[in-house]
Amino acid sequence: MSEAPSPALNGDERIKTRSRFREALIRPELGGIVGTAVVFTLFLLFASDSGMFNSQGIMNWSQVSAQFMIIAVGACLLMIAGEFDLSVGSMIGFAGMMIAIFSVTLGWPVWLAIIVTFALALAIGALNGFIVVRTGLPSFIVTLAFLFILRGFTIYFPQTIERKTIIGGVKDAAEGDWLAPLFGGKIFTGLFQWMGDAGIIAVFERGTRQGQPVVDGVPMLIIWALVLVVLGHILLTKTRFGNWIFAAGGDAQSARYTGVPVNRVKILMFMTTAFCATVFATCQVMEFGSAGADRGLLKEFEAIIAVVIGGALLTGGYGSVIGAALGALIFGVVQQGLFFAGVESSLFRVFLGVILLFAVILNTYIRRMITGER
Amino acid sequence: MSSNHNPIIEMKGIEKHFGSVIALAGVSLKVYPGECHCLLGDNGAGKSTFIKTMSGVHKPTKGEIHFEGKPLNFERPRDAIAAGISTVYQDLAMIPLMSVSRNFFMGNEPLRKFGLIKLFDHEHANRVTLEEMRKMGINLRGPDQAVGTLSGGERQTVAIARAVHFGAKVLILDEPTSALGVRQTANVLATIDKVRKQGIAVVFITHNVRHAMAVGDQFTVLNRGKTLGTAKRGDITPEELQDMMAGGQELVALEGSLGGTV
Repeated sequence: MSEAPSPALNGDERIKTRSRFREALIRPELGGIVGTAVVFTLFLLFASDSGMFNSQGIMNWSQVSAQFMIIAVGACLLMIAGEFDLSVGSMIGFAGMMIAIFSVTLGWPVWLAIIVTFALALAIGALNGFIVVRTGLPSFIVTLAFLFILRGFTIYFPQTIERKTIIGGVKDAAEGDWLAPLFGGKIFTGLFQWMGDAGIIAVFERGTRQGQPVVDGVPMLIIWALVLVVLGHILLTKTRFGNWIFAAGGDAQSARYTGVPVNRVKILMFMTTAFCATVFATCQVMEFGSAGADRGLLKEFEAIIAVVIGGALLTGGYGSVIGAALGALIFGVVQQGLFFAGVESSLFRVFLGVILLFAVILNTYIRRMITGER
Repeated sequence: MSSNHNPIIEMKGIEKHFGSVIALAGVSLKVYPGECHCLLGDNGAGKSTFIKTMSGVHKPTKGEIHFEGKPLNFERPRDAIAAGISTVYQDLAMIPLMSVSRNFFMGNEPLRKFGLIKLFDHEHANRVTLEEMRKMGINLRGPDQAVGTLSGGERQTVAIARAVHFGAKVLILDEPTSALGVRQTANVLATIDKVRKQGIAVVFITHNVRHAMAVGDQFTVLNRGKTLGTAKRGDITPEELQDMMAGGQELVALEGSLGGTV
């Protein structure tokens, strides 16, 4: 047990000293950390010989996890600020389609297409936020409307302009562009070549790329994910604005009374989710070289699930970007791991539902512990 | 410091109309530094409207507000806070999921330069929070303890300490004791006493005469949007206050007209 509290310091003898265990339990990241440990242990035990942990395997689930992470960061900050964005998936499709239309159909330079698309997405995010704070309607409804509006346009534009729902040729358009590699490029290629030469990672045995490593660099997608997670974490925990995000989601009225610009915070967070969705979309379009009208389907829910697994409360005011990133990692590792382990992939959805339920129950319990409600 | 004979805030003939409803029909009040001014009244008497006028939430339809001798016009609550008028609302003081120190500095976050960017100075915030809480007689487990684990009285105390720390000259407390138990109420009343002794003017809104009598220096009773006068401590008995709040003869007349059906 801990030492007896000194009477001078202890005003209320009824406050029990909490154990280290309980102290650790109220960290929002806990669920994410435990989940990550469990998931890695299981797959290391049962799927280590399936190629999941060689260079291609690691790159495979890292990339999928990074995709989830990018949208989870935005969704996490917004959820802590007390709102949802259900239009994330549609925004991914919409932003990707806009880049393709601007660069391929209209023949703009790719850098301009990307910048205009980002501006457009941020404006739509701001509009989402503006409608929510002005009308006081639940963000659930407002962004549900935008889920349909944006998806509708994403199908309508290519249909009427090109008579198809997939626009390709972005790769050719992006050739030599200065901004495109920031989303579609790879870095540390020298390091990977060296690792291939040194025999640490696999290289192609034959063909035109003989001697080159199979995994030839870290895609910018992963760099974006890591940068967004780090920036999001610093913003939330280490800045004044982070305190405002917690306050806006914890109790908007109380926050207003102490002078926190709640509306501005919420609108900026809606813009952040739109930004993250557009980063996702740009990376995807640059990688595939095309934009499809069905891209990003259901991504909004996957982002929210990752955030909840990461310990954030659906009601706002509590959560962690690191937790959300771990939630995204669990997500990616399990989705790809089941594939490597040869398990029927539809079971992934079962797993998702079960883990979501567990996460929400755990979070509710933790919330009660923090606020002392019964 | 201004002498005790000059009011720090003076409200003259404040009227507030909401459409056809007259919420305040000419209320006047003087609040002196270092004194606790109790504003009493039954539900619907206009207490909330009055303090919201004082704290800049509402603009008066008619009447003047003088703060430190100068006429004032608040456009937003922020103006009142900047001038040194802080309001602690009953249920809206604190955010339960956030730590005490994050709550304490909410809207007034201390910043520390870190290269080109400015970061929340948690070290400073934690130190000041613990110190201020100790002054008010609350010993926290740690500055990162969530406000949700504090009792209602402690939350009010944190809110009061926060207002005082950030330079409140007038502290308006909106029914701080109405939802509290006996012991917690005593704590809050003790806090009010400490704050008053620091030379801060306290406006204490309550409908509990006993709570008012415990700490009040002056008593103003509001009834149906009108003030029934201000009394000094010792000039009035609790029974008289209670009578004035209930509306005195009006209540008797009402009882008569209802013919004993209630």
